[in-house]
Amino acid sequence: MFSLLRSMWLVFLHMFHKRETYQYPEEKAPLPARWRGRIALTRDPDGGERCVGCYLCAAACPVDCISLQAAEAPDGRRYPGFFRINFSRCIFCGFCEEACPTYAIQLLPDFEMAEYDRQNLVYEKEDLLINSQGKYPGYNYYRVAGMAIAGKDKGEARHEEPPVNVRSLLP
Amino acid sequence: MEAQYWWIIGGVLFVLLNTAAGLIWLERRMLALWQDRYGPNRAGPFGILIVLADTLKLFFKEDWIPPFADKVVFVFAPAVVVASVLMAFAVVPFGPGIVVADMNIGVLFFLAMSSLGVYSIVLGGWASNNKYALLGAMRGASQMISYEVFMGLALMGPVILSGTFNLSGIVEAQRGMWYIFPQLLGFVIFFIAGIAETHRLPFDIPEAESELVAGFHSEYSGMKFGMFFIGEYLGITLISSMIVTLYFGGWLGPAFLPGVIWFVLKTFVFIMVFILLRASMPRPRYDQLMEYGWKVLFPLSLLNLLGTAAVKLFIDK
Repeated sequence: MFSLLRSMWLVFLHMFHKRETYQYPEEKAPLPARWRGRIALTRDPDGGERCVGCYLCAAACPVDCISLQAAEAPDGRRYPGFFRINFSRCIFCGFCEEACPTYAIQLLPDFEMAEYDRQNLVYEKEDLLINSQGKYPGYNYYRVAGMAIAGKDKGEARHEEPPVNVRSLLP
Repeated sequence: MEAQYWWIIGGVLFVLLNTAAGLIWLERRMLALWQDRYGPNRAGPFGILIVLADTLKLFFKEDWIPPFADKVVFVFAPAVVVASVLMAFAVVPFGPGIVVADMNIGVLFFLAMSSLGVYSIVLGGWASNNKYALLGAMRGASQMISYEVFMGLALMGPVILSGTFNLSGIVEAQRGMWYIFPQLLGFVIFFIAGIAETHRLPFDIPEAESELVAGFHSEYSGMKFGMFFIGEYLGITLISSMIVTLYFGGWLGPAFLPGVIWFVLKTFVFIMVFILLRASMPRPRYDQLMEYGWKVLFPLSLLNLLGTAAVKLFIDK
């Protein structure tokens, strides 16, 4: 009986406690930096697209919400011809981000994506591309990879030595 | 005289129905306050228009009668709870002279009307033709009937002390001292029985949403459900105002406020206690409830009756 009265008193004292609610639209809850929210395609420091159209994200996606088509620019760079993410299917698991070899696809701390029309949840490449380097500033795939493109031949990438002429090593 | 009579009836109905509707908002806000939340705070000032929104929503809901239900009884049951509680309010003296029917058997009339409320639960649960509803109805019937027994016995305390069944007379008899002091035990018993009578938490065993879906009103939707809802809040108001009338001196209070205001204020305090109970109490098991009623409260109320009568006789001699 007295424990009941005591619990009533303790509940009554909650009147003077601070309320835990975030008044959401006016007051946003702080999101962690690694929050897996809206997916974006980032750019390298020179402003070029990081995505090289390798399809690894589409292969890793457990709900098959990513579709893209690789294309190749005249200078030898690969890029996605179209890149489409259906956010009505996306489960924000982040596997695409883990699979991406060029840090192009990244999940951002943003979840406010509600739409009245389901079709508007299908994001095209121009919706996905952001003018930012995301979580990896300074990273440029073509600057560290040993792939030849216009203006950069094999062996000219960072931490890379020029290719060895294997025939010169012959006895 | 005649015109004044209609004013009282109309005013009482208006105030009561609005109170019952406002209590929905008040309860949600207070529960939220005691759980460190905000509750409905968007629609209108402090979210009070949520009541309007809820009512409109209930009106627009499909008023579905299950094909397997007993249609006449199914429609009849929700009306019973509201009607019986509103009838019971006829004898409650809100202020000096502000009472719909100043009967000389007011206490008995109140008990009779609150007993009629059982029919609403039993008929509603029976007509729904649903096992959960029937279980809820059975529990409700046994709970309310057994708690009514010592509710009536506890009420005999004030009746013995004041020597009248008339509620205005009981209030007037408390001029010297509120009956909470000589009748503390009776008050506690009446309060617990009142919670059970309105089947509010912690004694919401007829509804018990964690076991019985929604208990006796599982099959109800739309405004029929709304009637049960309003009936419950009217019941809280009724029990609170009866507590105030019988044990806390009704409209009596310092003269700087009119009697009606005192009555409303006191009633409001007890409504808050009802809400606080809901916020803090776990629900007992069904057999615990019955055991508690028959083995603890029933002997206690008999003892209270005996003691009160003995003391009254001793003083009168």
